[in-house]
Amino acid sequence: MSALRTTNEANTASKVIKPSGTKPPSRTNAATGKSTSSQFAALADIWLPRLVLSPTIIASLIFVYGFIALTAYLSLTESRMMPNYEFAGFSQYAALFEIDRWWVAAANLGIFGGLFILFCLITGLLMAVLLDQKIRAEGALRAIYLYPMALSFIVTGAAWKWILNPGLGLEKLMHDWGYKNFSFDWLVDSDMAIYTVVIAGVWQSSGFVMALFLAGLRGVDDSIIKAAMVDGASLPTIYRRIVIPSLRPVFFSVLLVLAHIAIKSFDLVMALTAGGPGTSSDVPAIFMYQFSFTRGQLGLGAASAMMMLATVLAVLVPLMYMETKGAAHGR
Amino acid sequence: MKIKLSVQVTLAALATIAVALPVVSAQAAEVEVLHYWTSGGEAKSVAELKKMMEAKGINWKDFAVAGGGGENAMTALKARVIAGSAPTAAQIKGPSIQEWGKEGVLANIDAAATEGKWEANLPKVVSNVMKYQGHYVAAPVNVHRVNWLWINPEVLAKAGAKAPTNFVEFFDAADKIKKAGMIAVAHGGQPWQDATVFESVALGVGGADFYKKAIVQLDPASLTGPTMIKTFETLAKIKTYIDKDAAGRDWNLATAMIINGKAGMQFMGDWAKGEFTAAGKQPGKDYLCMPAPGTDKAFTFNIDSMTMFKVKSAEEQKSQLVLAGAIMSPEFQEVFNLNKGSIPARAGVSRAKFDSCAIKSMDDMDATSKNGGLVPSFAHGMAIDSAKAGAFQDVIAKFMNSSMTPQAAVLALAKAAKAK
Repeated sequence: MSALRTTNEANTASKVIKPSGTKPPSRTNAATGKSTSSQFAALADIWLPRLVLSPTIIASLIFVYGFIALTAYLSLTESRMMPNYEFAGFSQYAALFEIDRWWVAAANLGIFGGLFILFCLITGLLMAVLLDQKIRAEGALRAIYLYPMALSFIVTGAAWKWILNPGLGLEKLMHDWGYKNFSFDWLVDSDMAIYTVVIAGVWQSSGFVMALFLAGLRGVDDSIIKAAMVDGASLPTIYRRIVIPSLRPVFFSVLLVLAHIAIKSFDLVMALTAGGPGTSSDVPAIFMYQFSFTRGQLGLGAASAMMMLATVLAVLVPLMYMETKGAAHGR
Repeated sequence: MKIKLSVQVTLAALATIAVALPVVSAQAAEVEVLHYWTSGGEAKSVAELKKMMEAKGINWKDFAVAGGGGENAMTALKARVIAGSAPTAAQIKGPSIQEWGKEGVLANIDAAATEGKWEANLPKVVSNVMKYQGHYVAAPVNVHRVNWLWINPEVLAKAGAKAPTNFVEFFDAADKIKKAGMIAVAHGGQPWQDATVFESVALGVGGADFYKKAIVQLDPASLTGPTMIKTFETLAKIKTYIDKDAAGRDWNLATAMIINGKAGMQFMGDWAKGEFTAAGKQPGKDYLCMPAPGTDKAFTFNIDSMTMFKVKSAEEQKSQLVLAGAIMSPEFQEVFNLNKGSIPARAGVSRAKFDSCAIKSMDDMDATSKNGGLVPSFAHGMAIDSAKAGAFQDVIAKFMNSSMTPQAAVLALAKAAKAK
C-alpha cells in the first residue's frame, strides 16, 4: 500500500517538476525512497504555501473586493428595496448630499474619529510609559488596563448608557451623595451626545493601544538608552527624544487600527445612544444600515457606504505613503 | 479494502441525499412562514395558527427571525427572494406590500378572498392595503389603534385633574400633574415614538381630513400650512412636560412609569395594554385608555398582515390559499388578538372575551370606517413608503431634540415628502 503510494507520488512529482526546472540536480534519482521524499518536500515547500493561501486570497478577492465593486456599482443605480442594475449615474450621490442627516453623520464621524484617536493615543502611550517603569504588579495592572478590550462594544455601550444616564447613573449618584448642583447630562443633550461615544470608545480601546505601545517600548534597544543615560539625559528626555521616535511603526499600526474602529463604529453608537437624541449622534455606519435595510433605499445606502470607503482611503493612503517613504529612508 | 468500503459508504450517502431531496420537496403540503413574532404573547399567537394549519393536514415550517421592528426579518427575506426561494408567506405590512408587488414576486390569493367574503368583512381602507393592482396579495392579521392616550387615574386624582378629551384640557391636566410633582407625559425619546406622538397630535389638531391630505397624500400646501405649524407648536408644548431623561428610553419603560404612578399620561398604541395586563392592572380601574386629545372621532390604524409570495407547485398554491383562509377565519382572529392585545381586522368576530379598551377600539373602528375617520398610521409604516416615512421621522426626531422652530420644521417636512 505505502510503496504504491510513494511511486504514484514520485510519478506525479516528477511530472510536475520537469517543466518548472527548479529541481536540484542531486535529487534526480527517483528510484530510492529517500530522494523521492526529499523531492516531495522540496515540492511541498513551493506549492504548499500557495495551496494553503489561495482559498483565502480567492475568498477575499470575491467577498471583499468583489463586493466593494458591487457596492460601487449599486451606488450608481436607482436600486430601491432590491438591487436593480440599471445605470443611473451619480444621482444617488447628489441625493445623499442633499440629506441633512448625512452631514450630521459625517460631522459626527469627524468629531468622534478625531477625538477618539487622539485620546486613545495619549492615554495609551501614557499608560504604557508608566507601566514601563519596572513597577510592582505590572502584570496585574496590564490585565486591568487591557480588560475592557475583552468586552464587545455592545456591552461597553450598554454599561456606559447606564453610567451616563442622568436619572440612573453618575448624576443621580452625586445627587444622592449630596452634591445637588452636580450635572452631567451629555447623554441626553443632543449637542453633547457624540462626546459620550468618545468617552466610552476611549475607555474601551486605550488599553489595547497601551498593549501595543508597551510591546514596542520593550523592543527598544537597551544599550541606546544606557548610552543616553551615561550622557546625562533625564528620563523624560530619553522618552521624548529616543524611545517615542523609535516607536514610529507602532504609531502607524495603532493609527490604522483606531481609524478603522472609528469609521466602522456602529455597535458602540447603537448600544450607547442609538444615534440619538433624535439623530444627533448618528454616524455614517448607522445611516448606511438604516437607509439600505429599513428604508428601502439600497442605492442611497450604497452611495453612503462608498463615502465611508473614501474616508478610509483618505486616512489610509497618506499613512501608507508616509510609512513606505519612511522605510525607504531606512527607518 | 478500507478505501473501497468508505467510497461505497460515501456513494451510498450521496445517493440517499440525492433521492431524499426531491422526496422532501415533493412532500409539499407545507407552508413556510417568515415572521418576527418571537416575544411571549406573540409566539403564543403564532402557535395557534400553526395548530390550525396542522389540523388541516398542512405542515407548518416556521421561519422566525427575531428583532421587534422586523428589520432582520426583512433582510433575511430579501436574501431568500433574490435566491429564488421565497417563503410561502411573510409578515409584511402597509405600503411595503406595494413595494414588493412592484418586484413581481407576490401571489394572487383572490380565490381565498372570494371564498371567505373578504370584501364584505373588511373595511375598504383595510382591504385596499391588502391588494396590489386590484388583487388580494395579503391577509390581515390584526388591527392596532395607535392614537391612544394611556392614563393613570390615581395620578390624575392626586393632581386634581380630569381625563382630557382635547388639547386645552390636556395641557390643563398636564400643568396640574407637573405642579403636584409628577411627570405629566411619559415618553421615550426614540424616533418612532416621537413620530407616534406627532401623528396623534396632527390628527388631534387638524382632524382626519387634514391628516389624510398632509400625511397620506403629501399635499405641499397642507404640509406647510398653518395647521401643520400649529401641530408643531403643540408638539413643542408637549415637549416641556416630558422629563429630560426620556432620550433613548424604550416605550415599555415609559409605560411602566404610568403603571407605577411616576407619570400621568402616555401617547402610545394599544400594544401598551400588554404591559398593563402583564402588571395585573384592570382597564377602567387601574388605567384608562382614552383616544388621544381631539381624536375621538378618528382612528389611526396599524395592521399586521401576512403577504403571500409566488410559489411553484399547484400543491403549494393550494396550501397557501388554506393559510390565507385560516388567517382570516374568525376563530384565529379572536384567539390571536386576545393574545396580542390588538383587535380583529375583520367583522363578525365574537366580542365576548375582549376587554373594554378592545371593545371601544372595535366600536370606534366601525364608526370611523363609515365617517372617514379611519386613517393609516404614518409612524408605523402604513401611510407612505418607507423612504418618505423615514425622512419624516428624521425631521420630527430633530424637532423633538433641538430648538428647531415650527416654521423651519414644516419646510423640512415638505422637503422630506420629496424623498424617493
